[in-house]
Amino acid sequence: MPQDHIISAKHLSRAGIESVLDRAAEIAADPDAVADRHAGKLLGMLFFEPSTRTKMSFSAAMKRLGGDIVDMGPVDQSSVKKGESLADTVRVVEGYADALVMRHPLEGSAKMASEFVDVPLINAGDGAGQHPTQTLLDLYTIREAAGFSNLTVGIMGDLKYGRTVHSLAHALTTVGAQQQFVSPESLKLPRGVRYDLHEAGASMREHTDLEEVLGGLDVLYVTRIQAERFPDEDEYRKVAGEYQIDAETLSAAKDDLVVMHPLPRVDEIAPDVDETEHARYFQQAHNGVPVRMALLDIILEGNL
Amino acid sequence: MSNEQELRVSKITQGTVIDHVTGGQALNVLAILGIDGSGGEEVSIGMNVPSERLGRKDVVKVEGRELSQDEVDVLSLIAPAATINIVRDYDVVEKHRVERPGEVMSVLRCPNRNCITSKDEPVDSRFAVLEEGVRCAYCDTIIRESIADHIHVG
Ligand SMILES: [Zn+2]
Repeated sequence: MPQDHIISAKHLSRAGIESVLDRAAEIAADPDAVADRHAGKLLGMLFFEPSTRTKMSFSAAMKRLGGDIVDMGPVDQSSVKKGESLADTVRVVEGYADALVMRHPLEGSAKMASEFVDVPLINAGDGAGQHPTQTLLDLYTIREAAGFSNLTVGIMGDLKYGRTVHSLAHALTTVGAQQQFVSPESLKLPRGVRYDLHEAGASMREHTDLEEVLGGLDVLYVTRIQAERFPDEDEYRKVAGEYQIDAETLSAAKDDLVVMHPLPRVDEIAPDVDETEHARYFQQAHNGVPVRMALLDIILEGNL
Repeated sequence: MSNEQELRVSKITQGTVIDHVTGGQALNVLAILGIDGSGGEEVSIGMNVPSERLGRKDVVKVEGRELSQDEVDVLSLIAPAATINIVRDYDVVEKHRVERPGEVMSVLRCPNRNCITSKDEPVDSRFAVLEEGVRCAYCDTIIRESIADHIHVG
C-alpha cells in the first residue's frame, strides 16, 4: 500500500505531522510502555551511502520498540557493487523485513524504490532531495521549544543542496510558519522547492544577510556550507564566513531564540553558542529516537 | 477545410499528418517521434507555411506511422495548437487537437544527472505538466525553457 511510504515531507499533512509528534511525545514520556510493542518485527536497513548517525538513530528506535534490524551492510560488500539495479535490490530485500529504511545518493531513488515494494519504505535521504524523518524530528524540537502558532523560522546556509532544508521548508509551510531564508546568492533554494512553497501558499522571503531578519526569529536553523560547492578555497572561505554565528551574533536576537542544526557542524556555529540558552541542537539530535520510534510504530501498525 | 489543405493532407496513403505545429518546431516533432531519417521513414515537412490561425505553421506528414498517446502528450508541450490527422487509404479517418496532459511519460529525459531515472533502472521518466514547464516526478527538477532539448527516444 503506497500510502504507507514516507518519501517526502511534501506529502505530510498537518494532521499527520501532529499525530507523529504527539505519539513521539507519549513515547518520550514513557518509553517502557512500548519496549515490547514490536517484538519479532524486522526493519531492513539499506544505506547506499554512509550515514552512521541516521542509521544508529533508526536502529536504536527499532530496538527500543522490541524489534530488530537486518542490515544490507556497506555497498562495497553487497551485490549492488556487482551492478544490481536498485529496483532489484529492494524487491529482494523486502522479503526479509517488515519495513525498509533507505538512504541513497540519487534524487528520486526512494520514490522509485517504493514503487517496487509492498512493505512500507522510509526515505532516510535521497541525494539532494528529501529527508522527511529529519524533518519530523526538527518539527518535534520546534514544537516543543516554540510551538507552531505565530512562528517565524530562519533557515540559513546551503539552501540549494541541503535536503534537510527542502524537507523542512515544505513541512513548515504545512504548519503555517513564516520562513526567512538566508543564503549566499549561489546557494538559494532550488526552483522546484520555491515553486512548491509558492503553490502551497508559503509565507516566505529570501535574504543574503542574517542581520536583516535575526531580531524577528523564534528559531534559527543553521546548515553547513560545504567547500565543494565553490570553485576555490578562497571563495569558499569568504562566503562561508558570512554565514557563521557565535554568541555575539546572537546578542541581536530575541532572548528565547532557539538555534538548531542537523549536525554534524564544523564551524558554522561557534562553540561559545553551546553555553547559551539558545542552543538546542544536541536535544534536537536526541529527539531523533522517540520521533523515529513513533513513526515506525505508526507504520508497523498500518495507521499512517 | 480549404482545397489546398485537403490536397496536402490526402497526399499520404497511410499514416499521420500533424498540422498547425508552432512555426519552427517541425524538427522537434520528428525528434519526439524518434525519426531522424535513418530508419527509412517517408516524411514530408512544410515549414513556416502561412496559416490563418497561427500566422506561420509547420506541417509534418509521416507515412505508415500512427502516434502513441505518450508522443501526442509531449507534442502538446511544444505545439499546443497542433491537430493530428490519422490517414488510412488516403482518407482522414480521425482528426483531433492535442490536449495538454497532466503528465508526460517516457519521451523526455530528466536533465538532473543525479536523478534515479537517468540511471540504469527499469523505470520510465515521468513529468508532471505545470502551467509553465514540466517537473520530474522523481527528483522534482523543473524544465521551463527549451523542453524540446530534453526529448529522448529509444
Ligand atoms: Zn528527475
